[in-house]
Amino acid sequence: MPEQMRPEQIQITINQQPMTVAAGSTVAVAIALASLPCRTSITGEPRGPLCAMGICFECRATVNGIAHSRTCQLLCEPAMDIRTQ
Amino acid sequence: MTDSFQTIVVGSGPAGIAAAACAAEAGHRVGIVDDNPNPGGQIWRSLRGQSAPDTSHGGGAAQWYSRLVATSATRLQGWSVFDQPEPGILRAERQGETAHLHYDNLIIATGARERFLPFPGWTLPNVMGVGAIQAMVKGGLPVAGKRIVLAGSGPLLLAVAATLAAARAIIICICEQASLRQLAPFALGLAADPAKIMQGLRYKVATLDVPFHTSTWPVEADGDGVLRSVTISHHGEKQQIPCDYLACGFHLVPNTELAAMLGCRVEAGTVSVDELQRTSISNIFCAGEPTGIGGLELSLIEGQIAGLASAGQDKEARRLFDKKRKASRFADRLAAAFALRPELRKLPQETTIVCRCEDVPYGALKQHHSWRAAKLHTRCGMGPCQGRICGTATHFLLGWNAESVRPPLLPVRIASLASLEAPLNSAISNTQETP
Repeated sequence: MPEQMRPEQIQITINQQPMTVAAGSTVAVAIALASLPCRTSITGEPRGPLCAMGICFECRATVNGIAHSRTCQLLCEPAMDIRTQ
Repeated sequence: MTDSFQTIVVGSGPAGIAAAACAAEAGHRVGIVDDNPNPGGQIWRSLRGQSAPDTSHGGGAAQWYSRLVATSATRLQGWSVFDQPEPGILRAERQGETAHLHYDNLIIATGARERFLPFPGWTLPNVMGVGAIQAMVKGGLPVAGKRIVLAGSGPLLLAVAATLAAARAIIICICEQASLRQLAPFALGLAADPAKIMQGLRYKVATLDVPFHTSTWPVEADGDGVLRSVTISHHGEKQQIPCDYLACGFHLVPNTELAAMLGCRVEAGTVSVDELQRTSISNIFCAGEPTGIGGLELSLIEGQIAGLASAGQDKEARRLFDKKRKASRFADRLAAAFALRPELRKLPQETTIVCRCEDVPYGALKQHHSWRAAKLHTRCGMGPCQGRICGTATHFLLGWNAESVRPPLLPVRIASLASLEAPLNSAISNTQETP
């Protein structure tokens, strides 16, 4: 890809591990790129996004200290602190 | 934050954008509120790194968005409306902030969601909706070289296949539960050719070189913490297909929760409206999918009618009635073509989780006679999604009707629930002073 077409990269942390993602990526996508489930269900199953449009709450995680954030509806921002639940 | 508007539109998909543009062009002070980071709703969802809607599906996305942007309408993206503390005031939340939005007229354009049906393995990561995988790809998920099976029902399967093909995914097959006979009115000459069916469905896409199976649906997903394969029933024969993603959704259901919470009449899962899109509450209008799944064209027309009527331009709104009648007929044919087959009710096994929030298996649910009884005994529908996923599934599986919607519409922080604004505060102190 030519240099000028490469998307701007931003730094975030997921479960305190630093990670680089393209600006404009959703937090749900960043968690998927880290090969992590977003949350563990009440019986211990790993879960990832189901609807990706803010309905199902399967993608919820703690973002900048706010628990149960719907990560599919949030864009990554520089230095964002994302913790899976 | 407190703001006052003559017309508030909730939802910035096609219907909401058209409604807000028309009401604002007619001189109303308009606010358009939406919980997604960018406008466009699902069908016009913007591509990663862009704030304007995706125009690749046609339907006038670029024109409608420029019309909206040219007005003075206030665009509030990322805000989720959660309750109405008193008539004419909505409260909305965004990552730690709360807003009080005052309205004279309200237009509900909350769109639709996918219908998910439970089958063994459907809770595995990388099993997601059809619209969901499209949203993830548009949100930056790279799928080049990933093996994807698309399954379920509805025109979305084909539209999303086009998006995924453009993102260089390997689409193994598209599995549509409807029979070819059902699809015949759209299939243009009985050829099970995705491109031809897309044409019949009025989608504008390049030819897709992907196997398209009718009378085919997923029966099981397998994996060890993440999806590895899906087993499909293809004309009655089971076939296991290794894949990286299973995108599965069974057409769409209207998002009627906001309308129901506000007390608007909702019948048979759709918001009741008159010819000017007015609900049973005279200053609340509804446009697009919540009034019945009708697709892009009908949503745009209903949005325009609602926006014009909200701003008192009934005469202009009436000029759209003919177009609306034609678009409605197409929507009726669409619904018939993708009607769900009864075999899908047999997909969940005793141990298959139906309520994903509370991990309630089908075996624990089906012994109850109603949604209410199941809720009381199993906590089904009592998690964060408040039954939006399992309520829709049990409506199809067991014929249950989820009961009335109560505020808040979604889990919100205690601080948001407790949030007050000046006029509300004074109202409260007035009550206290008058014994």
